[in-house]
Amino acid sequence: FLGEQCCTMKILTLLSLLATHLSASSVNIEENAGQFFSSGHTNNWAVLVCTSRFWFNYRHVANTLSVYRSVKRLGIPDSHIVLMLADDMACNHRNPKPATVFSHKNMELNVYGDDVEVDYRGYEVTVENFLRVLTGRLPPSTPRSKRLLSDDRSNILIYLTGHGGNGFLKFQDSEEISNVELADAFEQMWQKRRYNELLFIIDTCQGASMYERFYSPNLMALASSQVGEDSLSHQPDLAIGVHLMDRYTFYLLEFLEDIHPSSKANMNDLFKVCPKSQCVSTPGHRTDLFLRDPGSALITDFFGSVRKVEITMETINLTEPIQQVDGSVSDGSSVVPPGVHR
Amino acid sequence: MGLLSDPNRRRALISLLTRLNAPICVVCYMAGVAWFMGLAFEPFTLRTYMSENAMGSTMVEERFPAGERALGTGREFSAHKKKAGGMPVDWLVKTMQSRGLEVFTQRFSRRLPFPDEDKERYMVKGTNVYGILRAPRAPRTEALVLSAPCSPGDDNNQAVGVLLGLAQYFRNQVFWAKDIIFLVNEHDLIGMQAWLEGYHHTNTTGMDWSPLQGRGGSIQAALSLELSSDVVTSLDLVLEGLNGQLPNLDLANLFYAFCQKIGVLCTTQGKLQRNDWDSVSGYSHAVQTMMLMVMKQASGRPWGDHGLFLRYHIEAATIKGINSFRQYKTDATTIGRLLEGMYRKLNNLLERLHQSYFFYLMPSLSHFVSIGYYMPAFGLLALILLLRALDLWIQLATPPTFNLNPPPSQMSSPGVLSVLTPLVISHLTGVALYTLPIHFQEIAVEHFPVSETEAVVLTAIAVYTAGLALPHNTHRGLFVPPFNGWKVLKLVAVLYLAVLLGCTALINFSLGFILALTLVPVAAFVTPDVPKALSAFIMVILSPACTLLFSVFLFQELQEMPVSFLDGWMLYLSVISQGILDHALYGSLVYPLVALLVYPCWLLFWNILFWK
Repeated sequence: FLGEQCCTMKILTLLSLLATHLSASSVNIEENAGQFFSSGHTNNWAVLVCTSRFWFNYRHVANTLSVYRSVKRLGIPDSHIVLMLADDMACNHRNPKPATVFSHKNMELNVYGDDVEVDYRGYEVTVENFLRVLTGRLPPSTPRSKRLLSDDRSNILIYLTGHGGNGFLKFQDSEEISNVELADAFEQMWQKRRYNELLFIIDTCQGASMYERFYSPNLMALASSQVGEDSLSHQPDLAIGVHLMDRYTFYLLEFLEDIHPSSKANMNDLFKVCPKSQCVSTPGHRTDLFLRDPGSALITDFFGSVRKVEITMETINLTEPIQQVDGSVSDGSSVVPPGVHR
Repeated sequence: MGLLSDPNRRRALISLLTRLNAPICVVCYMAGVAWFMGLAFEPFTLRTYMSENAMGSTMVEERFPAGERALGTGREFSAHKKKAGGMPVDWLVKTMQSRGLEVFTQRFSRRLPFPDEDKERYMVKGTNVYGILRAPRAPRTEALVLSAPCSPGDDNNQAVGVLLGLAQYFRNQVFWAKDIIFLVNEHDLIGMQAWLEGYHHTNTTGMDWSPLQGRGGSIQAALSLELSSDVVTSLDLVLEGLNGQLPNLDLANLFYAFCQKIGVLCTTQGKLQRNDWDSVSGYSHAVQTMMLMVMKQASGRPWGDHGLFLRYHIEAATIKGINSFRQYKTDATTIGRLLEGMYRKLNNLLERLHQSYFFYLMPSLSHFVSIGYYMPAFGLLALILLLRALDLWIQLATPPTFNLNPPPSQMSSPGVLSVLTPLVISHLTGVALYTLPIHFQEIAVEHFPVSETEAVVLTAIAVYTAGLALPHNTHRGLFVPPFNGWKVLKLVAVLYLAVLLGCTALINFSLGFILALTLVPVAAFVTPDVPKALSAFIMVILSPACTLLFSVFLFQELQEMPVSFLDGWMLYLSVISQGILDHALYGSLVYPLVALLVYPCWLLFWNILFWK
């Protein structure tokens, strides 16, 4: 009698567990479907710019190449990266290790490697070319690799490094770009629907002044130092004889090395990179123009190119509005299948 | 109305100027001297710092290992030098070639205008040997030079050894962006002059040299090494070059930075730096160091083989190793590392050194005074001359009360003539002082039992003294000069002196200031009315020749090697002969300046003193 009761109890427990699990997983599928449309972007682009040349600015090139490396590792292909470098470090006559650019002393990490594609090199890195790339106003003869072919579903990462001041950034010792010009360029991009969301990172002295003037929606900005502060370099390498990286980008790289394509780390973690104790300068960020909550924006939304694939046997009803994760409603008909861009 | 155009105010100003002229002059003079002495006071100086961004800090890793081997090479060089009786050209060529350099030689010869008794040479023939280390990947557009002199006897063998050791070490590195030229020059400055003239295709001093077969691009910086012992206790930096020109301060900053990094004791003017600037002895130490630099700069001669590079806008300095009785010794490997570090940093240069100062004084290796701070000292002295000129102008413009309106035409023409005659005669005396000593040396040697050098020097002194006897006869018999003709002459002379000293001080501040110190009081206070015998004596004491004599004694005192009067006098004669030789050999401008411009100006004032 007791065994029969036991058996029934076990079956009942199992059935209830199964039912809960099924309902839970069906709720999960709904949630995941909601997460599919949470960020609203379908492709990723990156524009990485190093604005300095000359051997003693080795660290700016190493900065840019480190971010390039992370971005490629997390999935953005070369066709979607516009890399602007003076490119006179690896083959510089003063480089004791020709054809390399190191980002860590003791030469642990060669970020130049053998698969670096520089799109704008040498004297082509000018303010005019940079603004033309952003706004898309390039002559018809420009090859595809030098264009930013983004659309209104693209998330763009823009990384700038070099020597800067209060309200300007110096391009290759001969010209400057001001924060007003940059803000206007982003507004042009918004009006031409050239981005969905844009993350702007700048590692220069007084970097926070560069994002003060932004006024277009869906922009998030990070800078390595506030107005009146200098961004400091990280470590010299005595064998090479120059500083290898800047502090902010060094700790950013360290942080990004822990990110993998399925990581769920979000922007709030990025804001914590390099506190004043490590960076000496105070990094800043600006999120008031960003329409989503930064906590819901994943790192991989900007740094990686993640194809969202979820295998399920369930059927999901797309004729009804899908509840997005942050509560707002998205219309299923406006979803463009990933991989297609105009 | 304006200050100067209102006649009442102008009259008030003028009367102020004439009444207070002498006191203001005295105050200005004392202020100028006090300002100059205050330059060495440490709170008034600035710490040295690296201005050139491309050179950055001293973060390189120096790895030169072969100091002992370099000393062995130096001993080999010494042996071959003794065997060859001069420059061992073949051995040097073979050694440099075995180290992978492109080696070339240059022959040169020069006959000095008269024998040089200090270095015992008259007909100089020699060979320079230089090897070029080509930059592995760079185009051959820029070069750096490291040189060591081939000196007679036992001097500078270790310098050549270290040079060859560094050449071998540098050859194995791939990071050179400029060619490095390793030069061993014979007969120190004469050989260096021949090499530089050959390199830059100029011929300014009439030397005979064979053209250079190999070249390395435009030279960005040069270092000359003088090392005569296996170990050193300190390294001395010599900056003063030809005509008082100095290299860019960044070169000195680079040297000092590396001295601090490696921990070598470094000095300038042979004097160690002290920390107690607020004590009297500390301050006087700084003053002594600065005065040594001022005297070396004023002499206008290059104080190291680097001095001739400066004329071609190549920043250069000489590093001397000094072995004194100190406990802590630095070996050749450390010296090699210091030079390696300096050359790695110079390698990073993208443009010539131009960010830091070209005109400065250094009371110690870590502090400097720039031109903006030391020029007012000279300016205050020049102000005295301008005040005197203004005073004379006012006196000349207001007619004297007992002369009822003399027609201006009568005044002007005798006035001009009475000025022109002394001017012409003084300058002719100056020309005689410049040309006679060298041209009449054969005649002097025939008639007097002296050597050629002594003949030249004694002729110069004779002409100088003869000039003193002249003025009594310049204007007697030609015409009767008007009453205040001497005022016109003095006005002209004072303005002439002001322009002369001003231009000199711009190019060679030390020379201008020292001349101003002695000549400005002469110019300010000499009139025909002062007591003649006393003023004549004071004027002779303050004349350029006696200034030089006092400077020689002061220089020896500052170097802590005081001399007796007789030795000082012999030193003085050799200084004069060296000055004439420097002008003939390298184009130093001190001798022509003093003979052709300063001495005639002083003679004008002598003329005024004896005006009848």
